[in-house]
Amino acid sequence: MYSERVMDHFRNPRNVGEIENADGIGEVGNPVCGDMMTFYVKVEAGRLKDVKFKTFGCGAAIAVSSMVSEMAVGKTLEEALKITNAMVAQELGGLPPNKLHCSNLGADALHRAIEDYQRKKAS
Amino acid sequence: MKRAYFDHAAGTPVDSRVLGAMLPYFREQFGNPQSIYGEGGVAKAALDLSRRQVARLLNAEPEEIIFTASGSESNNLALKGIAAARSDKGRHIVISAIEHVSVQSTARTLGRHGFQVTEVPVDDKGVVDPAAVKAAIRKDTIVVSVMAANNEVGTIQPLAEIAGVCREAETLFHTDAVAACGVIPLDVRVLNTDCLTLAAQTFGGPKGAAALFVRKGLRLPSQIEGGNQEHNWRAGSENMPAIVGLGKAAELAQAEMASRAAALTVLRDRLIRELPVRVERSYLTGHPNQRLPGHASFCMEFIEGEAMLLFLDDAGISVASGSACTSKSLKASHALLAMGLPHSLAQGSLMLTLSPENTDDDVTRLLEAMPGIVRRLRQMSPLYAQFQKDPAGYAERLSKEKECHV
Repeated sequence: MYSERVMDHFRNPRNVGEIENADGIGEVGNPVCGDMMTFYVKVEAGRLKDVKFKTFGCGAAIAVSSMVSEMAVGKTLEEALKITNAMVAQELGGLPPNKLHCSNLGADALHRAIEDYQRKKAS
Repeated sequence: MKRAYFDHAAGTPVDSRVLGAMLPYFREQFGNPQSIYGEGGVAKAALDLSRRQVARLLNAEPEEIIFTASGSESNNLALKGIAAARSDKGRHIVISAIEHVSVQSTARTLGRHGFQVTEVPVDDKGVVDPAAVKAAIRKDTIVVSVMAANNEVGTIQPLAEIAGVCREAETLFHTDAVAACGVIPLDVRVLNTDCLTLAAQTFGGPKGAAALFVRKGLRLPSQIEGGNQEHNWRAGSENMPAIVGLGKAAELAQAEMASRAAALTVLRDRLIRELPVRVERSYLTGHPNQRLPGHASFCMEFIEGEAMLLFLDDAGISVASGSACTSKSLKASHALLAMGLPHSLAQGSLMLTLSPENTDDDVTRLLEAMPGIVRRLRQMSPLYAQFQKDPAGYAERLSKEKECHV
């Protein structure tokens, strides 16, 4: 059902965890939908120095979270905000059609964490 | 290493004795029972024998058995047939909230074509209260349909009491017994049921072989029109290998029911006893003992079922889940939600359906694999993290579950 890339990221997810005193936190989804993701970011000199996540969800949701985190680390905030759901799905070698909404959650959660950082910084 | 398979509700190996009975009907005895020459006679005799075997399993008369191609087809025939036959008497249908989708969808379709449907709720163990059925029945109720046992949580319903309520109200009673028939004793005379659905794959028979019992005197219009097979109840050339397999499986199920149930109950009860000890905050779903002998179902808190299923698959263990992500419709099991489980718990559903081919070693493998897999997923789970840091906040989250808008 899932591609090899998806299964690899599901079985060995990168960047699982939380960041103490994270610069930004983003949460999307809820258990009613079946998937929920929380992303934590650490920012240094305008770049994502560290990205971690916790995910409640199916194999696709976990793989997407892992892939998003891997794609985001080291990028500038502007670059990271340009990561789209379609890019994540493509990097994973595709997702089953009924699982595409999981990849939507992944990029959204990352963007929310970055926006949370930007909001805190502005205030 | 041999896989440990716990999803017999989805697929069961055909009993080798059943397969042996079926095989001649693919090549040597390929005749059509409707033909009047020699080959037809042989097929007709086999068809009649299968009908007697299935009738005996239910304590029914052979002419009360209609062969179909699936439990879903039988359920459609029962409900649509009764709706067509009795629409002049009334247009109200009662089903339970945990019916199989083939009953639920059929009833809802009728609901869009001039019928009214009442869904009777269940309690937290998945039991339908006969008094609630009685309260739901109206003057214009033409049929009540309540399953004999639920496929997702294994709960066995108080069928005789529900049928009694229907008899008293002079309403027809249909039961979807796909999960129960051939596994626990079902006597249509004692239960006093008008229609009963069964499928061979539950008790060692092939897929594509099922039947509907229709009490003598009740006539339902055919839902598949054409030739006059099955006494004009259902058109189409008889699927002889499947029907012979169903008959043989019924005969064996009747003879071996008690010994199979005893062995299955031992494995089931070990799962029910030990899994909640090995995995904290895991819960049995369904009734603790008023349940199918080979059925154990649970919810693992803080994690999602599909992820658990995939890790178990990696460990060579096959299970099912009622979680939203596991289903093609992306909706959590309506049965679990009807029992009042919060969505987040229903998402952690684990459903184990055993057959006589399961061993104690299979159970040991599952019990040993579960704690590590659950731990791994909980370490990733934001819900578990919240529960550990802020139990009150987590509890509040559960109580304020929102609708899903994905």
